[in-house]
Amino acid sequence: MTAVTAGMLAQFVLASITAALAFSVPASVRAVVSGIACALTAAAGVVTGALVLAGVEGSLTLALALPVDPLVFEPTRLGGLFMVVISSVGVLVSVFGIGYAHGTAAARTSWMSLAFFLLAMQMVPAAADSVSFLLMWETMALCSTILLLAEHRNRREVSSAAIWYSAMSQLSFLLLLGGFGVLAATVGSTSLAAIGSSVSHSPAGGLAFVLLIVGFGSKAGLVPVHVWLPRAHPEAPSHISAAMSAAMVSVGAYGALMVCMRLLHDGPLWWGLAIMVIGGVSAVYGILQASVNSNLKVLLAHSTTENMGLVFLAIGASVVLRGSGATAAADAAMLAALLLTVSHALFKATLFLGAGAIQHATGEVNLDRLGGLLRRMPWTSAAFGVAAMAAAALPITSGFVAEWVLLQAFIHGSPAGGAPVSVAVSVAMPLGVAIVALTAGLALLTFVKAYGIAFLSRPRSAQTTASEVPVVMRISMVVGAVAVLAVGVLPGPVAATVASTMRLTREPLVYMVGAGGISIPGIGVLLDPGALAVLAALIMVPIVVIVLIVSPNHPRRLSALPWGGGGSRARPRMQYTATSYAEPLVRVFDDVLKPSRDVQVTHLGESQYLVQRVQVEQRVTDLIESRLYRPLLNRAQSFGKLARRAQNGSIHLYLGYSFAALLIILVVVAV
Amino acid sequence: MTWAAIAIALIQLVFFVFLAPLVVGVIRQVRARLEGRAGAGVWQPWRDVRKLLRKNPVHAEGSSWILTAGPLTVLVSSLLLCALLPLVGTLSIPLIPNDLFVIVSLMLVGVVALALVGLDAGTAFGGMGSSRHMTVAALVEPTVLLAIYALSIPAGTSTLSVIVGTRLQTPAVILSPVSVLAMVALAIAIMAETGRLPVDNPSTHLELTMMHEAMVLEASGRDLAWLELGSWLKLAALLGLLGNLAAPWGILTDLSIWSVAVGIIAVAAKVLLLGILLGAGEIFLAKVRLFRVPELLAGSFTLALLAVTASYLVA
Amino acid sequence: MSAAGLARMIARAGRIAEPAPPAPALAAGAEVFGGSVDVRFINAGGCSDCALEVMSALGPVYDVERYGIRLVASPRHADVLLIVGAVTQNLLEPLRRTIEATPTPRFVIAVGDCAISGGAVGNGYGVFGPVSSVVDVDLNVPGSPPEPAQIVEALRRVSGR
Repeated sequence: MTAVTAGMLAQFVLASITAALAFSVPASVRAVVSGIACALTAAAGVVTGALVLAGVEGSLTLALALPVDPLVFEPTRLGGLFMVVISSVGVLVSVFGIGYAHGTAAARTSWMSLAFFLLAMQMVPAAADSVSFLLMWETMALCSTILLLAEHRNRREVSSAAIWYSAMSQLSFLLLLGGFGVLAATVGSTSLAAIGSSVSHSPAGGLAFVLLIVGFGSKAGLVPVHVWLPRAHPEAPSHISAAMSAAMVSVGAYGALMVCMRLLHDGPLWWGLAIMVIGGVSAVYGILQASVNSNLKVLLAHSTTENMGLVFLAIGASVVLRGSGATAAADAAMLAALLLTVSHALFKATLFLGAGAIQHATGEVNLDRLGGLLRRMPWTSAAFGVAAMAAAALPITSGFVAEWVLLQAFIHGSPAGGAPVSVAVSVAMPLGVAIVALTAGLALLTFVKAYGIAFLSRPRSAQTTASEVPVVMRISMVVGAVAVLAVGVLPGPVAATVASTMRLTREPLVYMVGAGGISIPGIGVLLDPGALAVLAALIMVPIVVIVLIVSPNHPRRLSALPWGGGGSRARPRMQYTATSYAEPLVRVFDDVLKPSRDVQVTHLGESQYLVQRVQVEQRVTDLIESRLYRPLLNRAQSFGKLARRAQNGSIHLYLGYSFAALLIILVVVAV
Repeated sequence: MTWAAIAIALIQLVFFVFLAPLVVGVIRQVRARLEGRAGAGVWQPWRDVRKLLRKNPVHAEGSSWILTAGPLTVLVSSLLLCALLPLVGTLSIPLIPNDLFVIVSLMLVGVVALALVGLDAGTAFGGMGSSRHMTVAALVEPTVLLAIYALSIPAGTSTLSVIVGTRLQTPAVILSPVSVLAMVALAIAIMAETGRLPVDNPSTHLELTMMHEAMVLEASGRDLAWLELGSWLKLAALLGLLGNLAAPWGILTDLSIWSVAVGIIAVAAKVLLLGILLGAGEIFLAKVRLFRVPELLAGSFTLALLAVTASYLVA
Repeated sequence: MSAAGLARMIARAGRIAEPAPPAPALAAGAEVFGGSVDVRFINAGGCSDCALEVMSALGPVYDVERYGIRLVASPRHADVLLIVGAVTQNLLEPLRRTIEATPTPRFVIAVGDCAISGGAVGNGYGVFGPVSSVVDVDLNVPGSPPEPAQIVEALRRVSGR
C-alpha cells in the first residue's frame, strides 16, 4: 500500500462520505458541510497527483459487482499532472460553491452529483486500462448532466442544453468505445500500457486514432463537435460551469495527449496535420464567436473552444515536427500543449468563478446590462482582470508563458543539422504562427471587451445595488488569480515539472534560469518574466518620483460629468455596449459569421415619411450548427417520421411482422 | 556583458525620452512647411508636455483608478520597448531576450491599457475609439508576428538583437526579396499600430473619424501628458527598429565611448530621416474608411505570409 | 489629383503664411502655458460672422500654429476657451458644462461685441446675456466682427510668442 494507492482510495472514500453527508445533513448546513467535504475529496486528489509527480508509484484495484474485470488505477506522471490540475480546480469550485449554491443548485442531488463528478474527473487520468477509463468517463458525463439540469425548472433553455450535451457526450463515448475497442482487439488486452507504438502505422491504428481524437476532441469542445459547449456551460450554475470548462475539457485534452504521447506515439505525418487543422480551425472559430458575443458566460465558453484548439494545434505541431526530424522543437511544442492546458485550467476557472460572482451580485450575465463594477466589487474585478490578462496572453501571466513556448517551437521548427525543410513544415509552421497570432489578437479584443464593459465606466442598467461577494467566494477567485500569476512569474519550476511527464528523447528539456525563469536549450531560447517585472518596476521609479513632485501643486478636481459633447442628455445609456464594441469585427468577418439583420419600421398612421418606431435585430448564430447539424437533425427526424408509418397500431400488422420475422429466421438457419 | 547591456538599455531610455518629442516635432514641422505654413518649431511637443504637467487634471464622477494608472501603464510599456529594442546597441539584457513575442506582448500591454482608459471614460466617444483601436490591433498582430518571423529565418532566432546583428554582418540579406517583402509588411503594420495615416489621422478634430484621439478625450493634465509621451515613444522606438533593420550600420556591438557616440548619432539620424519621410508621405495620403482598413491589413498579412513561406521553400 | 500634381502645387505655392507681426505683451497669468496653447472654440449663439473670422484666423494665412496655438476637440485638453456670440438660453447649460470640463489654469476669451456686451442681439428673449454673465472673461476682442489679426493678437497674448 503506497502513498499513492492510499491517496486514490482516500478519494473514493471521501467522495462516498461527501455523498452521504450531502444526503443526510439538514439544509441549513448542507452547503458548508458538502462544500468542505467536496474540497477535501479534491484536496486528496491534489496530494495524490503531487505524489505521483514526485515519482511515487502506486496502483489501486477495485473489484465491482458488474461483469467486468476489476478496475485498475495506476497513474503515470502525465496522469499525475492532470490529477493535480483537475483536483485544484475542484477545490476552488467546491469552496466557491459553499457561498454560491442556492436554490436547486444547493439541493442534495446537486451536492451528491458534485462529489461523484469530482471523483470521476480526478480518476480518469489515473485509469490504467480502457474499462476503468471509460467507466470513469461515463460517470463524469452522467454526473455533469445531472448538475447541468439543476435549474431546469426555472429556465427552458436548460433542458435543451442538457439534451444537446448528453447527446454529444454519448457520441463522444461511443467514439471512444470504438477507438479503445479497436486498440484492445489489435493488442489483445485492455491495459493501456500494453499499447505501444507498433500499432501506430497500421490501418487499425489509423482507425483508432481517428475515433479517439474525434471523441476526445468532442469533450474538449473542438469544431465541428463543439455545439454543446456554448449551450451547456452557460446554463449550468457558475461553479459547475467552472468545473466543466476548466477541468472537464482538460480531461479531453488529457485523452488527446495520452493518445499522441503514449498510446500511438510516433504516428505518421497526416495525423499531425489533421490535428493541426482541427485545432487551428477551432481556435479561430472559437475566439471569433467569443468576440462577438455579449453574454459573459457564452463568451467564456467559446473561449474554451479557442484554447483547446490551441492545445490541439500544439499537439499536432509536435507530431508534424517529430515526423520531419526537428525533435527539439517537437518536444517544445508538446511542452507548450501541456503548459497551455495547465494555464487554461487556472484562468478559465477564475474567469467562470468571477462570472458567477457577478451573477450572484447583480443577477445579470449580459454584458450589455453590466458596468461600473470595479468600485463595488474590487476583489472580483482584480481576480477577473488577472485571469483575463492570462486569457489574452499578456506578460507575467501563465497564458503569456505558454504562448511564448508555442511560438518558439513553431519558429525553431527547422530540423537539426541544416537538413532541408519539408513542404509540410514550411507551410504548416507559418500558418500555425499566423493562427496563434490571429487568435491572440482576437482574444485581446474579447477580454478587453469582457473586462472593460463589465467592470469599467458606469452601470448600463439599474443594477446599482451590486456589492462584493462573500469571503468564501472571494477566496477561490483570489487563489486562482494568484496561481495564474505564480505560473507566469515562475515558469521555470512549473515547466520543469511539466516536462518531467513527457517521454523525452534526451536530457532535460527545460532548465531554470534566473529566479524562476525558463530556458529550453534544445531550441536555444530563454525567458525570465520575473526579470521583466523587475525591469518594469525600476522604470516606474523615476516616473513615480516625477508624479510625486508634480501632483501636490496640481491637484485633481472632481467634475460632475464626463465630457460627452456637453449635451443635456448625457446618460449611462449612451455608453458603448458589448454589442457595439464588437460591431466592427462583425462587419470585418461577416462572411464567416453571417449575421442576420432584421429591420422593422413602423410608420406613423398612413404616412410613408413619418416613422413611429424602428426595431433592429441582429443575430449571430453558430454557422456550423445551422449548416451541419440542423440538416442532419431534420433528416433524422424525417426518417423517424417515415419509420412511424410502420407502427400504425394495428395488431394484425404486428402479428404479421412476427410471422415474417420467424419465416426469415427459419430460412436463414436452413441456409 | 551584463553591465554593458544594462548601460545600453539605460542610454536608450534616456536618449529616446529626449528624442521622441523631437521626432514628432520634426514630423509636424515637415507637414507644416509642405502645407505652406511656418510651423511651431521642432521643440513644440516638449512645450506641450511641460504645459500639461502644469495643469490640474479633471476626472469625472464614477471614473475609476484606471484613469490614473492606465496612462502610466502606457508610458511604462513604451519605455520598456525603448529599453529592450536594439536601437543604439545590439546587446540584450540577459534573461530578457527581445524576441518577437516578448516585444509584441509588451506593446500590447500599452494597447490594452489605452483601450481600458477609453472604456472607463464612460462616453460613446471613448468606447468607439477603444473598439476601433482594438479591432485594428487584433488584425495587425498576425502581420507583425509573421513579418518578424520572416526576418528571423536567416538569423536562426527570433531575438531582434541577433537579427539586427546578423544583418550587420551579412548585408546581402537586407536586399533579399524575402527581407524586402517582410520589411514592407512590417512598415504597414507599424503605421497601423502607431495610428498614422492612412489608418488613423492624428490631427483630426472630428470625433467620428478618431481612433486614438477618441480614447484620450477624457484625459487631462499629466494623464494626457503620459498618454501623449507614451505614443510618441512607441512611434520613435518602432521607427528606430525599422531603421536598424533596413540599415543596421552604426549600431554598436560592444561598449566603448566612441561606439556609444556613433550608435546614438546613427539611430537619431535614422529616426529623424524616417520621421521626415513619414511627414512628407502623409501629405499625399488620406485616411481610409474604417472598414477598408482590414483590406489594407490583409494585404500586408499576405506579403508577410509570402515572405515566410518563400524563405522556407527557397532557402 | 495625382501625387506628382500635388507635389507641383506644393512647389509652386511656397510659403502661404504671412510674415508674423511683432509679438504683443504677455497677459497676466499666462506664463504657466509656456508657449503652448490649446484652444477650444465655442459658438454660444452668435450669427456666425465672428465664427467665420475665427476660422480665417486659424487658417494657413495667419498660421497660429507657429505661435504654439492649436485647436483641440475636447475641453479637457483645452487651455483657452474661445467664445463667440451672446450666450443663448439653449447653449447656457452646455457652455457651463464645457467650462467646468476645462482644467485650470484656463483662459476665457470673448470674441465679438455680442459676446462682450450683448451687441446686436442684446435683449432678445432667446438670449441669456453676454459671456461675462456666465463666467469671468480674461480677454476681450471687440468688433463686429473683429479682424482675424485682432483674434490672433489676443491668442498671442496668451501664448507669449
